[in-house]
Amino acid sequence: MSEPTTVEPAAPSAAPAARGVTVEFRGIRRSYGTTHALAGLDLTLRPGELLALLGPSGCGKTTALRLLAGFDRPTEGRVLIGDRDVTDVPASKRDTGMVFQAYSLFPTMTAAENVAFGLRMRRVGAAERARRAGELLELVGLGNRGGSFPHQLSGGQQQRVALARALAVSPAVLLLDEPLSALDARVRVQLRDEIRRVQLAEGITTLFVTHDQAEALAVADRVAVLDAGRLEQIGTPQEVYGNPATPFVAEFVGVQNRLPAERLDGGQVQVLGTPAVLDGEAPAGALTVAVRPEALAVGGGGEPGTVVSTTFLGPVTRLVVDTAAGELVVDTVSRPGLPGIGERTTVGLSTERVRPVP
Amino acid sequence: MTRGRRWRAVVLALAALYFLLPLVAMLEFGLRAPGGGYGPANFLAVVRDPVLLSSLLTSLQIALVAAVLVIALVVPTAVWVRLRLPAVAGLLESATILPIVIPPVVMAAGIAFVQANLDGPLFRELFASSLTALTPFYVVLALPFAYRAVDNGLAAIPLRTLVEAARNLGASMAGALLRVVLPAIRSAVLGAAFLTLALVLGEIVIARILLYTDTFPVAIVEVGRSQAGVAVALSLAALVLTWVLLLAVSFAGGRRTGAERTP
Repeated sequence: MSEPTTVEPAAPSAAPAARGVTVEFRGIRRSYGTTHALAGLDLTLRPGELLALLGPSGCGKTTALRLLAGFDRPTEGRVLIGDRDVTDVPASKRDTGMVFQAYSLFPTMTAAENVAFGLRMRRVGAAERARRAGELLELVGLGNRGGSFPHQLSGGQQQRVALARALAVSPAVLLLDEPLSALDARVRVQLRDEIRRVQLAEGITTLFVTHDQAEALAVADRVAVLDAGRLEQIGTPQEVYGNPATPFVAEFVGVQNRLPAERLDGGQVQVLGTPAVLDGEAPAGALTVAVRPEALAVGGGGEPGTVVSTTFLGPVTRLVVDTAAGELVVDTVSRPGLPGIGERTTVGLSTERVRPVP
Repeated sequence: MTRGRRWRAVVLALAALYFLLPLVAMLEFGLRAPGGGYGPANFLAVVRDPVLLSSLLTSLQIALVAAVLVIALVVPTAVWVRLRLPAVAGLLESATILPIVIPPVVMAAGIAFVQANLDGPLFRELFASSLTALTPFYVVLALPFAYRAVDNGLAAIPLRTLVEAARNLGASMAGALLRVVLPAIRSAVLGAAFLTLALVLGEIVIARILLYTDTFPVAIVEVGRSQAGVAVALSLAALVLTWVLLLAVSFAGGRRTGAERTP
């Protein structure tokens, strides 16, 4: 998994809203016997936005996507695409385009035939089908591979064809079911950016299901975090990362240090010997604040400790330092002279604002 | 050559000998001309003898109808079970074994009982010709083989994803089956059809007990009473025909995804 500190959160969408529609999950419950996959989900996707549904395995995100696609029915609640209640509409008539995790291309059809399949189902003429398929394969950078069969394409190319196929029918909503999870890291980043580029170009409302928080933060206009079938938080990547609403979100979206803080006058607190502004309402009693690894610094004073591990992550190096305040995770710019394992150093605060733990 | 490879070669040679020797013997016997020497006379008997030719056509007709019915029955069932009722897969598998477990003679006796005790225009019509009378029972006999062939084919593809992808693109369930699933398991389906064909071309017990003597296997046995060479030649020809069909099936199944084509 990529590291959160290296992620550039997506800029607010510049998507043209003309093609986008609103999507609503209203009070959705989905139960399998005594297991509640979704326990009352209320969620609205804005026209033309890319919303990432983020959460661990079993949190209900794929269930939500399947309910929207029409592959499953809610136990309770309604699903709306635009003004249309599609809860009881079969999958084939929902006007959604979906990219699956992997292996979804029809193996006996060429890439072009795969892309044209939806148009064939809509009885579009052969010439128009071929034109549109060619156009979309060009859009995903595979204009010269229309005659290839799926097994002749790499995993990344197959997912590009799957994306072109989903878009060929000009769906109201694009559904992405962890489309990058079966790809290697380099291709994953490339395709992630490509999906975003195409989504912005098409201006299509998109639901992107993923368990990879870096992926969600990088690509989405807004991120909705699910846990145990409930919506924990929804907001821009910056909001979710910077101001997690619940301890679960704080833990799931990136690494979070929890530090004891001393109350000072004027709404200030002291953390690791450094004064900082308290950002938010603090509960009475002992105060604990949440600090991201990149908001800590080593070697510049503060709490003394011993380095117990270092991980080189390219532009950033992650250190774990054992201090009196506990084991602290620090992300610092990679450079010569950083303390190694077993060496003594200090950990201090490199931010002026800290947030109390809810 | 390593010791392991040598062993494999020996085992392979013995197996080939075991299968090929009887066939070579059949060929030699079938090629023996009635007046001495060798010639194709026995193999050409099927063309010369109108009874044999008619029985071959009848059996091919039964095989064709039975194969279509078997596929129409097995493919949607196997797909449905895999997608919607995986819990009953074991039960269905056991049920499809029954035709193997129950000896054909027992089945034939049961059918004869039904034939003798049920009356009415529908049953009279059903039992009037070998095509209508035998085909349903050959469908039942072919089920275990066909179900396994199709189910193995389905196990080899990401069935749920393919069906859902097709549905998402606007295909009905039947459309997804016909346009996506069936082509993807083409080899398995053709294999099931081939197995049905082989079964029909070799089944003799039910046909004889029910007194339908106009099928090819029964005709071969009848001919064999007076012309052993013809019977052996035609048995070999039927075997080769099914092999050729199998090879054609394998070729057709592999070719579609093998080459790069223009869109």
